[in-house]
Amino acid sequence: MSELIELMNLSKTYDSKFLAVNNVNLKLPKGKIIGLLGPNGSGKTTIIKMIAGVLQPTEGSILVNGNPVGVESKAKVAYLPDRTYLLGGETIDKVIKFFADFYEDFSVEKAYEMLKTLDIDPSRKIKTLSKGTKEKVQLILVMSRQADLYILDEPIAGVDPAARDFILRTIINNYNPEASVLISTHLITDVEHVLDEVIFMRYGHLVLYTAVDNIREKYGKSVDAYFREVFSC
Amino acid sequence: MAWELDSDRPIYTQLVERIQVQIISGYYPPGGKLPSVRDLAAVAAVNPNTMQKAFAELEREGLIVTQRTNGRTVTEDETLLKGIRMQMAREKVDVFVQTLKELGFSQQEILSLIQDVIEGEGKNE
Repeated sequence: MSELIELMNLSKTYDSKFLAVNNVNLKLPKGKIIGLLGPNGSGKTTIIKMIAGVLQPTEGSILVNGNPVGVESKAKVAYLPDRTYLLGGETIDKVIKFFADFYEDFSVEKAYEMLKTLDIDPSRKIKTLSKGTKEKVQLILVMSRQADLYILDEPIAGVDPAARDFILRTIINNYNPEASVLISTHLITDVEHVLDEVIFMRYGHLVLYTAVDNIREKYGKSVDAYFREVFSC
Repeated sequence: MAWELDSDRPIYTQLVERIQVQIISGYYPPGGKLPSVRDLAAVAAVNPNTMQKAFAELEREGLIVTQRTNGRTVTEDETLLKGIRMQMAREKVDVFVQTLKELGFSQQEILSLIQDVIEGEGKNE
């Protein structure tokens, strides 16, 4: 079985009237780096939260590696939320220890190695870190796990271009044919070369799911340019 | 340094061309070892699957050879290397001649222009 994620008739309604995700059917394979793209409010974060198991679908179902979303799937899914969740009073050292206790697949060694590369002092408290550094630390925590699925919700929006390159390189270096990475972002140009496939969302619908080079071959333009055309206002 | 890539063409085609040039120019010499897919993908800052696809294409062309124990190496077939070198030069010249023809240059003018440029280069060196 090579499907890693299977979304079946997936819908999510907020306040019983706003349809954030509308009947999405999608199968995502292993060993791919996949971009989840769409304008603001197209349902990207809602889909991600349902796969990560922090939101319940209103209708439909999700399988991760053949299992319904739950304790078992969460142990194999590393999720980077779109906002911070770390407690400010703790040091990075302490947070790493906590992650190592909590996740069986967490590599302390890998985490410290990445902190060193980015020149972040692990004895600092979370609340003393800048917004960008905090985001880097969170990404390091996620990428230090040996998961089947990495879900990164806007991982590069808040960091400088050099750190963006580091993040993308980390994703490439971490590549594993058994695992997939799902990245939501607005910054398509920055991630385009790193992606295998892209998913376009609009108003909660799935608009397109195809390979990056398919778009370039078929339309003779980058995914970014094609995105601007499809979603032009 | 990430590789500069055009935005209007498939990424994998551009990786193939880039590595072809590196092989023809001797950056990777005949029989020399190539980096792993993963390492080269990291250097180029591209998706490893796309790099894998580029390597597969180069293998199909015979430019690179997979050794069971020694990873991938550049072919030692000099005839093949010369052929591809010629073909690449030919494509460049075709484009160049076409462009000058569109500018209204005659064959004779193109030839003497090339002569001038080459002689000029010689003087500068």
